[in-house]
Amino acid sequence: MSNGVHIEQISFLGLAKQNMRKLSMFIMLGMILIVFAVLTGGVNLTPRNITNIFIQNSYILILAVGMVLVIIIGNIDLSVGSVVAFSGAISAMLYNTGMGLIPTLLLSLVIGGLIGCFQAFWIAYMRIPAFIVTLAGMLLFRGLTYIITNVTPISLRDDGFKQIASGSLNIKGFSVGGLDGLSLLVMVVVILLLVWFTLHQRRRKIHNGFTVLAFRFDVYKIVALSALVMFVFTRFAAYRGIPTVVLVLFLVTALFVFITNNTVLGRYIYAVGGNAKSAKLSGINAEQVTFITHVIMGVICGLSGLVFTAYMNSALPQAGDKFELDAIASCFIGGAAASGGIGTIIGAITGGLVMGAINNGMSLMNIGADWQYVVKASILLLAVFYDIWSRKKSGLG
Amino acid sequence: MSEQYILEVNNLTKDFPGVRALDNVDFKVRRGEIHCLVGENGAGKSTLMNVVSGVYPKGSYEGHVVFKGKETHYRSTKDSELDGLAIIHQELTLSPYLSIYENLFLGHMETRFGIINWDKCLKDSYPLLKRVGLNEKPQTIVSKMSVGKQQLVEIARAISQKAELLIFDEPTSSLNDDESQKLLDLMREFRKEGITCVMISHKLDEVLSVADSITILRDGQSIVSFDLRERRVTEQEIIKEMVGRELKNLFPQKEPDIGEVVFEVKDWNVYHPDYHTMKIIDNASFHVKKGEIVSFCGPMGAGRTEMMMSIFGNSYGYGATGEIFLKGEKVSFRNPKDAIEKGVGYVSEDRKSLGLILIQDVKTNITNSSLRRLAKHGIIDKDLELRKAEQYKETLQIKTPSLQQLVRNLSGGNQQKVVLSRCLLADPDIFIVDEPTRGIDVGAKFEIYSILNDMVKEGKSVIVVSSELAEAISMSDRIYVMNEGKIKGVLNRDEATQERIMHMALID
Repeated sequence: MSNGVHIEQISFLGLAKQNMRKLSMFIMLGMILIVFAVLTGGVNLTPRNITNIFIQNSYILILAVGMVLVIIIGNIDLSVGSVVAFSGAISAMLYNTGMGLIPTLLLSLVIGGLIGCFQAFWIAYMRIPAFIVTLAGMLLFRGLTYIITNVTPISLRDDGFKQIASGSLNIKGFSVGGLDGLSLLVMVVVILLLVWFTLHQRRRKIHNGFTVLAFRFDVYKIVALSALVMFVFTRFAAYRGIPTVVLVLFLVTALFVFITNNTVLGRYIYAVGGNAKSAKLSGINAEQVTFITHVIMGVICGLSGLVFTAYMNSALPQAGDKFELDAIASCFIGGAAASGGIGTIIGAITGGLVMGAINNGMSLMNIGADWQYVVKASILLLAVFYDIWSRKKSGLG
Repeated sequence: MSEQYILEVNNLTKDFPGVRALDNVDFKVRRGEIHCLVGENGAGKSTLMNVVSGVYPKGSYEGHVVFKGKETHYRSTKDSELDGLAIIHQELTLSPYLSIYENLFLGHMETRFGIINWDKCLKDSYPLLKRVGLNEKPQTIVSKMSVGKQQLVEIARAISQKAELLIFDEPTSSLNDDESQKLLDLMREFRKEGITCVMISHKLDEVLSVADSITILRDGQSIVSFDLRERRVTEQEIIKEMVGRELKNLFPQKEPDIGEVVFEVKDWNVYHPDYHTMKIIDNASFHVKKGEIVSFCGPMGAGRTEMMMSIFGNSYGYGATGEIFLKGEKVSFRNPKDAIEKGVGYVSEDRKSLGLILIQDVKTNITNSSLRRLAKHGIIDKDLELRKAEQYKETLQIKTPSLQQLVRNLSGGNQQKVVLSRCLLADPDIFIVDEPTRGIDVGAKFEIYSILNDMVKEGKSVIVVSSELAEAISMSDRIYVMNEGKIKGVLNRDEATQERIMHMALID
């Protein structure tokens, strides 16, 4: 089998058709950006605005990464907004004791994780529906936030904390033709890694005697992804460089893409969400997997709370209001199934960017929150309708 | 068409994808009699009753069903109920958290302007309960009563709708002796009142004690009808007609190479998951030797699946007690994971909801039980995973366009091979397969038998739960016969015949 290369015979259109469901959310994001580019005269694609879209949505995107795991396992988490507020307030208090940034960061993650353990215990081992446990958690942690903050904002002792959200990664004096040098360097490295990774995977598949697509499709893929990377990084380079929070978001995303695709835990999450009874009889400890998933969500809430406190430059008692809804909507726009077992990290991130791009575009057009809600609602409904409709059509039930 | 028949079924044929469930069946029921329908598992009894009562609507079958002199055109059971034909299913269909009288009138309550007259419902419920001999307050919540009493509520519900023909699908399978006798008495009572009863049953003593007529089905065909008012029929005679088929050469040859005892279960007891006083498995003991295929036979509801699932890491029931010995060592399985790690595999009879994850692809389903062994430090070696999946696809000849195909799109036989692959990849020493050939075609059956034979050749042991006697006899070295939660006996390969198994299960 290992000699000779098996190439799948398929045309470009056929391939596009096959992957329409996967591609649709990227197309949607692209279309939304283009529509607003026309409506705002291109303002939404300026370096400053692209940077802002990432910074303003970073904490939601981080939450969406955890939320999609919870949704894949067939549950929901309504408490994330309150937990963000609570852990954000605690991180501000810790930082104000004079503690350094790194210990503050680690402690917030631990606190998020402990909150996750608390909720996960009721969900996984006491078998109380996640909807109810996290509804209680939403009230509980909002209440606790009010108690520990005395319902007054906590300002931070200095500007160090703020850097997590609004700071940038730069090397002093390193610039190319007025553009930030580090951004361009990272851009080149990312593109090279992309090329290497695609070719490496292809070689491995051929080596194992698996069927591969024709080489030109790999080229198309590299060109498309490189164009996207170049677009984003040149925007960063032309403004203030790569925002620190984008690095944080990238690390979280990469870690969980890897976990969902390549680890036993990730596959167990999909298995339990796909059919918990089958998974148990297959020898998977479904309770433990559910527990871990909700603990991960807690840790991610801790991180998001930290980022949000940094973004606001103070911890607000009412922080995180409706974050859970934005995070959940991101997952569903990104193709997750409410019945569990289906969903991807990249999908959730894309879904979050769709919501962010709409918010941002409408704000640039001076359209108020009232209409933003209406448009977001329509997009959510339409996106999920398309998902269910196309799934039915392609026999995925 | 004579008026003496209340129900006439002529030339009825019903096909399911790949299987002919009913083949030219004739079935005639006289007005006012008790007519029993007997046959092996899968003979088509329930299918026949489902056609008659409109579960399968007109147009989904060929042939004629005539009820009260008119050809029926039921689109659902609602139509047949209105026509005076009610079916009491094996699984009760009451709403568990409502009271008796709420259940009695569910769906046909007395209303005025859409408002329910509960007082009238309550008042009307007393005579109904009296008629079926149920001594409970109508306000009693249904789930608090025994299964036998719940069944009486179902019957009361049926007669409240002026049913003229009552169909009982294995009514006594979950009742104790006392409750069963009461139910049979109730049927005799109905006969006096002119209500016709059809009963599907495996319990031949009950059948012979109550029936006026008996019709026997075998492999989807109506074989013979006896009129007990004309002459007496013996249990032996019935059994002979139930199983009287030739064994065709549908099974691969096997040369047994049997070693010492490797798996033993002693004094196994299990209780119902919801009704904690109801014993499902009663003091069962059995053993399996190395290189042996052992079958468990018995009628539906004998407790075979329940026993295997409770042994396999407490996957069924409540309060299981007993001892398990694996290669002479006493073990206990806390959960399925534990059982799999210690070398026991289980293939469920319900592959769609307990064996597979339908929304996942073939590869993932094959490797789900073995991911830890395919991973290093929790990170899956995806190439190794693909190679293993490919290997099992080849050896078990799973017909699928690719390993990335979703299992829901595969045929039954190929889905079963995927489940088998998953369990085989986990490398069990003791392999429990529950109804491995249910709902799959003859060719695929042969392949699955060969897979099991290959396993024992490698020195593993296989436990088969099978409802097909021919399959059990041809495949196994020994056969345990079960009924009503007990092991009734064991037969060696050379002494097992279909008659003896049935006899052991139903009469001894």
